[in-house]
Amino acid sequence: MIRIALRMLLGDKLKYAGLVAGLAFATLLITQQGSIFAGFVLRTGAWIRDTGQADLWVMDKQVEFTEDRKTMLDSSLLRVRGVEGVEWAVPMYKAYMPCRLSDGTRVVVRVIGLDDATLLGAPPIIESGALEALRQDRAVLIDAADAQDELAIREALGDTSKRPMQVGDRLDLNDHEMVVVGRYRRTTEFFWDPLIYTTYTRALAIAPPERRMLNFVLARVKPGYDHDAVAAKISELSGLQAYTEAGFEARSEEFILRKTGILANFGITIALGFVIGVLISGQLLYNFILDNQRSFAAMKAMGASNFMLLRMVAAQVLFAAFVGFGIGVGLTALSGNFLEKSELAFNMAWQVPVFGGIAILICCLFAAALSISRVLRLEPAVVFKG
Amino acid sequence: MNTTTRHALAVDCRALTKQYGQGENAVQALRGVDLDVRTGEMTYLVGPSGCGKTTLISVIAGTLDRTGGSCHVFGDDVASWGERKRAAWRGRNVGFVFQALNLVPTLTAAENVAVPLMILGEGHDAALKRAAAMLERVDLGARTRSLPAQLSGGQQQRVAIARALVHEPRLVVCDEPTSALDHETGQRVMELLRSVASRDDRALLVVTHDSRIFALADRIAHMDDGRVQRVESAPSSH
Repeated sequence: MIRIALRMLLGDKLKYAGLVAGLAFATLLITQQGSIFAGFVLRTGAWIRDTGQADLWVMDKQVEFTEDRKTMLDSSLLRVRGVEGVEWAVPMYKAYMPCRLSDGTRVVVRVIGLDDATLLGAPPIIESGALEALRQDRAVLIDAADAQDELAIREALGDTSKRPMQVGDRLDLNDHEMVVVGRYRRTTEFFWDPLIYTTYTRALAIAPPERRMLNFVLARVKPGYDHDAVAAKISELSGLQAYTEAGFEARSEEFILRKTGILANFGITIALGFVIGVLISGQLLYNFILDNQRSFAAMKAMGASNFMLLRMVAAQVLFAAFVGFGIGVGLTALSGNFLEKSELAFNMAWQVPVFGGIAILICCLFAAALSISRVLRLEPAVVFKG
Repeated sequence: MNTTTRHALAVDCRALTKQYGQGENAVQALRGVDLDVRTGEMTYLVGPSGCGKTTLISVIAGTLDRTGGSCHVFGDDVASWGERKRAAWRGRNVGFVFQALNLVPTLTAAENVAVPLMILGEGHDAALKRAAAMLERVDLGARTRSLPAQLSGGQQQRVAIARALVHEPRLVVCDEPTSALDHETGQRVMELLRSVASRDDRALLVVTHDSRIFALADRIAHMDDGRVQRVESAPSSH
């Protein structure tokens, strides 16, 4: 009877197409908004992942996310190095600074100061120039994407077009002239200000006097030691807070989502998608069952049990849900392909289609429950009425 | 008792009553029906609209509960069973030809005919094969793949008859089978029904208004005001 149920579903092509289109639209709404949300979430931890070489991040107890500007005493570095299980620990500086380009354009940038000796914490991909060139006088590394956007410069006064900033170009950081010695590539972040790398000592030298303090300590855990345990030990002994890479990412993510209201905003959109899905698929399924009510009643009169009719309706609902979901997810993936080439955040992690699938299934089961109750209440004798 | 000899009792209703609704809104559809339907015969239930014919066949076919009296079909008191057992009994023992036909519009003629077999658990392909053979018997062998909308009224009625007989039920219940047909087609449909359905172990119960087909009945039960007023034998023998 399952095949008969599916033939009943597929037989009316227009209604079937409407039902599948409704479910596909609901899926698209849920999974696309979900993917964009996941894309934003992923971006909140992009800088932490790009930094990569350290096992632990140590910072002031009040720091809540990557851009927080709470400082520590320089002695914090030594305290971290003294904790058992720490293989090495290096300082890192991060601060916002005013920047003036050679054409006079003013922008605010984020400056990262890397440990002078090791340059640990540097971005993973150097596109042009070399990381070691940072040790040259007044050297900075700029992001290749920033170079074509916020850091692009006009050749001459009055030029309407700009050219990307190149190795050898100069810029002023907090009124200190710097030279670009390389361009790197990084993952697109949640925050948009250009990110400029230099050495730790130089970053402190150019920073305003009140900002000349340590922000982060990057530490590596000795082999055989548990990362979480060492992090807990650092927190306990130093009075600072230490996180694993994933821990700091989760902390930043939680803070950003909470403070920006992104979670609530996307949650509302996704919930709306769910409600629209329930309404559309519910109405279409209900109408479909209503249209077939006499057929179901006739089958009931001919001996079909309620359980058999339930299985038939369930087969119809699940089939429509499966096809609608497939098309919806396909369209989301397709739109993701286009979005990937743009600035927009998009990350169709496996959780997104799984969540979307569950949501659509709930949509359909909810809608089907309304319709099925009608079928179960059917009096088989109704078929004798003209 | 399950007797299946010629002219054995297929349906035995005594003092059968059926009331719809309660209190002031109560409608007494059956007011004490006494009726015998015998195997090997085609029995007509006739009478004016609202006299209780459809209610009576609904109770006999096990699709509606009675309010009082007794009704045994092939010795079984179906109303005393639960819905699941009753549905299984209907599936095995009753063939239906509905007034509105109730063919599923999106299924082919063969699929429509195969539905009772699939309800009984027969496999899809085997059921379709038997359905095609049944359609052959009602002269629709060439239309097995046609949708109901592609068939004439008479052809649709024949599909409904094939569906009612394909699982070889012992009781065939027909509700106004000729009401939507012209006289000639109606006559042909009833002749077909008699020819393919008549068997010594099978009973046919036909509700009709159509006096033009009375000649085909073995017995005619006249109903009025919720009772069987009289039963007369066929005007001609078959």
